[in-house]
Amino acid sequence: MVFALLRYGLGRRHTPFRVLPPTPATLKPSYDVVVIGGGGHGLATAYYLAKDHGITNVAVLERGWLAGGNTARNTAIIRSNYLTPEGVAFYDESVRLYRRLSNDLGINTMVSERGHLTLAHTDAAMRTMRWRAEVNKSLKVDSEVVGPDEIARLCPELDLSRDKRYPILGALYHAPGSIARHDAVAWGYAMGASQRGVEIHQGTEVQSLEIENGRITGVVTNRGRIACGRVVQAVAGRSSEVARMAGLTLPIRTVPLQACVSEPVKPVLDPIIVSGSLHVYISQSARGEFVMGGATDPYALYSSRSTFEFKEVLMADMLELFPFLGHARVLRQWAGMADMTPDFSPVMGLTPVQNYFIDSGWGTWGFKATPVCGLTMAQTIATGTPHPLIEGFRLDRFSRFAQLGERGAASVGH
Amino acid sequence: MKLIPCPLNGPRPVGEFACLGPAKPMPADDAAPEAWADFAYAEDNPAGPILEWWLHVPSGTMFVAERDTVTDTMIRTLWPADFRAAGGRP
Ligand SMILES: Cc1cc2nc3c(=O)[nH]c(=O)nc-3n(C[C@H](O)[C@H](O)[C@H](O)COP(=O)(O)OP(=O)(O)OC[C@H]3O[C@@H](n4cnc5c(N)ncnc54)[C@H](O)[C@@H]3O)c2cc1C
Repeated sequence: MVFALLRYGLGRRHTPFRVLPPTPATLKPSYDVVVIGGGGHGLATAYYLAKDHGITNVAVLERGWLAGGNTARNTAIIRSNYLTPEGVAFYDESVRLYRRLSNDLGINTMVSERGHLTLAHTDAAMRTMRWRAEVNKSLKVDSEVVGPDEIARLCPELDLSRDKRYPILGALYHAPGSIARHDAVAWGYAMGASQRGVEIHQGTEVQSLEIENGRITGVVTNRGRIACGRVVQAVAGRSSEVARMAGLTLPIRTVPLQACVSEPVKPVLDPIIVSGSLHVYISQSARGEFVMGGATDPYALYSSRSTFEFKEVLMADMLELFPFLGHARVLRQWAGMADMTPDFSPVMGLTPVQNYFIDSGWGTWGFKATPVCGLTMAQTIATGTPHPLIEGFRLDRFSRFAQLGERGAASVGH
Repeated sequence: MKLIPCPLNGPRPVGEFACLGPAKPMPADDAAPEAWADFAYAEDNPAGPILEWWLHVPSGTMFVAERDTVTDTMIRTLWPADFRAAGGRP
């Protein structure tokens, strides 16, 4: 890698290359695996199907443009300091995959390890932090509770004064917490998948599914019908609508999640700062913009409009933490549709429809899981049995009252 | 600022309200656990009209609203008694 980079840097001739494969003119009549949704999750699934399992007669169908959904809209925080042993083991595998992703995919994913501080402003929040730290440590995840002195050392810009409404009592510190360049993650998987023979069809919307004897036999799109061996849906904010085509009802409510960035300034903020009690989080991107987000919208909606209420509440609390931000102006705002589950864990794996697989319920937390979702879904589809890391996320956990409560580990209260 | 029509107080800012989720018929007291799990967790989550419980927090007013989840508009509101009188399916 290093030598290749050096050779490339010192070389004189640089031919432009196309990162994204063009959409083939027509769909084939049949594919072994049809992936619905060309976001990070669908593309990663196709990549690992081809790379790890030699399944290359695969089509990824994307109704819009490649990775223009939540993959393009998230704030790119990667971490594994969750609350349940199942969650911690799963997300930690993703953190490990992210560390070597640039090398694996041959594209700069700009994974930047900043450290992640979840601030606690109440005794109850401190108790949750201690609980998370103990679960994390028992699973060998770098995670500890720190006091105000250590917080001041890690993030001198934070207002740690005690004479305010919500003084900072302590924090959960997770050194591996990172941010990444989300587009490059999706493009890298798209590139790797198509090099191995996977077809990526943009502008191709799945409109209905044909079911016979509990199996999907055909996928109907705006560009024609195709026959299929196996089908997987990875459509983030449209999980319920697509699952309905397969006759499934999910434990999911679709709610907008908004975010915004400030105009760029010089680097001042190193770690990622989250406050669950104030419902805000912030990091500074490589470009210098402050990337800011908060809680989900107060009601269900299939729309990615931005609201004034969101920014008003966000800024009021953000200024509690970083008064200097009062000088910064907002540059861009946007929203994505988040598929929220009751226990804040995803719904993954097999479904009652024999050859139909699901990767859904990714709410506000699924970017960090992109690599591990691809890896585990590919194995689940290839073998027909759930990968051990995702067994707990099964759809029927709700009727068996076996939920995996991660609400206490969500970055912000929702 | 977004306004929500409260059947008691008229249009009020959205920040004064809490959306309490889909309004649907409850299973019988002695229904099987699966029926209760279904009631508690499974959601239609439609892209389009939906019936929901809403609360106007300052006045403690509970009502049922029909809302379009694509256009982000309120279609109509109902008093709980009228909703129940219609068997929870007006
Ligand atoms: C504002 C915001 C901030 C976030 N911040 C974070 C964060 O910091 N860290 C984190 O881990 N997660 C975060 N998330 C969550 C994360 O973005 C998602 O969980 C993740 O990107 C989901 O990836 P995906 O590939 O499943 O979905 P997507 O990228 O949305 O891809 C799904 C694709 O399916 C396509 N599709 C839908 N219906 C059809 C159809 N019928 N036919 C064909 N294609 C279809 C869509 O067009 C879309 O491109 C955030 C989300 C938002 C909205």
